[in-house]
Amino acid sequence: MSTVFEQRVTGFAGTDPDEGLSPAELAAKHGLSISGKRPSLPKYTRQLWSRRQFITSFATARLIAMYTAAKLGQVWQVMTPLLNAGVYYLVFGLLLGQSRGIPDFIAYLCCGVFVFQFTQSAILSGTRAITDNLGLIRALHFPRACLPIAFTVIQLQQLIFSMGVLGVIMLVSGQPLTMHWLLIIPILVLQSVFNTGLALIMARIGAKTTDMAQLMPFVIRTWMYLSGVFWAVSTFTAKAPHWAAVMLNLNPALIFNDLMRYALMTTVPESILPAHVWLITAGWALLFGLGGYVFFWLSEEEYGRG
Amino acid sequence: MIVDNIHIVYKIYGAGVGKGSATSALSRIISRRTSPALTEVHAVKGISFTAYKGEAIGLIGSNGSGKSTTLSAVAGLLPVESGAIYTDGQPSLLGVNAAMMNDLTGERNVVLGCLAMGMSKAEVRERYQGIVDFSGIQERGDFVSLPMRTYSSGMAARLRFSIAAAKTHDVLLIDEALATGDTAFQKRSEDRIRELRKDAGTVFLVSHNNKSIRDTCDRTIWLEAGVIRADGPTEDVVAEYEDYMKSR
Ligand SMILES: Nc1ncnc2c1ncn2[C@@H]1O[C@H](COP(=O)(O)OP(=O)(O)O)[C@@H](O)[C@H]1O
Ligand SMILES: [Mg+2]
Repeated sequence: MSTVFEQRVTGFAGTDPDEGLSPAELAAKHGLSISGKRPSLPKYTRQLWSRRQFITSFATARLIAMYTAAKLGQVWQVMTPLLNAGVYYLVFGLLLGQSRGIPDFIAYLCCGVFVFQFTQSAILSGTRAITDNLGLIRALHFPRACLPIAFTVIQLQQLIFSMGVLGVIMLVSGQPLTMHWLLIIPILVLQSVFNTGLALIMARIGAKTTDMAQLMPFVIRTWMYLSGVFWAVSTFTAKAPHWAAVMLNLNPALIFNDLMRYALMTTVPESILPAHVWLITAGWALLFGLGGYVFFWLSEEEYGRG
Repeated sequence: MIVDNIHIVYKIYGAGVGKGSATSALSRIISRRTSPALTEVHAVKGISFTAYKGEAIGLIGSNGSGKSTTLSAVAGLLPVESGAIYTDGQPSLLGVNAAMMNDLTGERNVVLGCLAMGMSKAEVRERYQGIVDFSGIQERGDFVSLPMRTYSSGMAARLRFSIAAAKTHDVLLIDEALATGDTAFQKRSEDRIRELRKDAGTVFLVSHNNKSIRDTCDRTIWLEAGVIRADGPTEDVVAEYEDYMKSR
């Protein structure tokens, strides 16, 4: 009852030269490749580069959609970091008295909150980058790394907003505008590379382990406590054993916080920064940026599988 | 494109991936324990065929026969248990659930969809009007400036097909994506499928509308319970399939 037979499209091959070849040999002969196979790293990078306009447009569109849904709209972009800073000021500055010994505590605190917020939201949105966009991933073909990168771009755009607020806070609290402020640019470049790598890593983990999205807020909070957002880590490292102090001082989030404070605040001396700070920071950025990219690419063919 | 004796098995874990509390999430991750109740569904059992450039192939069969599963595997969205699928270029799958970026407007979806497929901004600007006109969603009001979640399933499917069809594809897989469109749109999309074939692409069409299979495909594969029941000229296979459906 079945009518299985070979059908040839006219003009393809008259007499069959493919007779007797196994499917794999036949595929090789006609230059076919296994479907859904991951491209090589250089090819992947080229594909990604050709999608750069997609990445920026996607980020802009998301950002607009995010804030048009809320009544107050873009005001939240400024409100969220301010409210965060307010809560921490209340708890750590007033109630627990951590502000003792830190001059200009409000500026110190806001700087830490805003800079850490950038890393934090890059991680959180990275974790959901794949799982929240399965429809798009299944519908169209593009290098999946576009998504975690685009979400980091969104966070960067938000940070630039917060930096404007931060600048005002600095000036209001009496910090002078100095040439040191130009350091913001290299700091943000390095932190963006670092965060993109983190987002790529979290995107792969989050795509496999959906429970990760529930767990991340706790991991991040722990990291924040270790990163001197609202207290000076040096009060702890002074008493800690040497190896622990070295470890704590290498924490990239702490370094980004302290670098930004050093750039913006004259009351923060260079001595709070570890030796070779720029080298260490660039090392972190490269390690996570490149490592995260390769780590994400290694699983490229599996994103979107249900 | 060569499909060589593929088997596809779905593994279903009893508990699934619910959104529990953080502690239960933690214990699940640490213990790596999955529910002991593991069910396997052997959805595709040894399918082989070869498709050529410029061919349009219909895929028919009753519900649950494995059509969508086969196409997902061809698109690389499902791993095969054994066997292999070889293609020339990346296949694109158009499925029934026409979601893309639901909270964004139709206009944004068109632009972002085209950019994602690798077009430049200038190309998108050039094609934009054509895509919107083809989809016909502007016929009853200014719908491109509304979020896609406000679209009817037919409108969403039309817009998504129009976006995907704006580019030439090596292999285009259409899984009931045209079924929700009205007759005028089906007519237009069938024309577009013929054009895509002329550009030396291969098109697969899953449809329960035998007429549209007859109109667009000259070869048809009939799947039943995960195996190929018939593979041949559309006329013969569809006639055989219709007899089979009547006798049930
Ligand atoms: N996500 C899934 N998980 C488990 N089983 C599935 C899944 N999707 C489909 N199946 C099973 O695979 C078989 C084939 O389904 P499908 O390919 O969707 O059929 P069709 O598209 O021909 O109607 C069915 O028995 C169905 O129950
Ligand atoms: Mg189906």
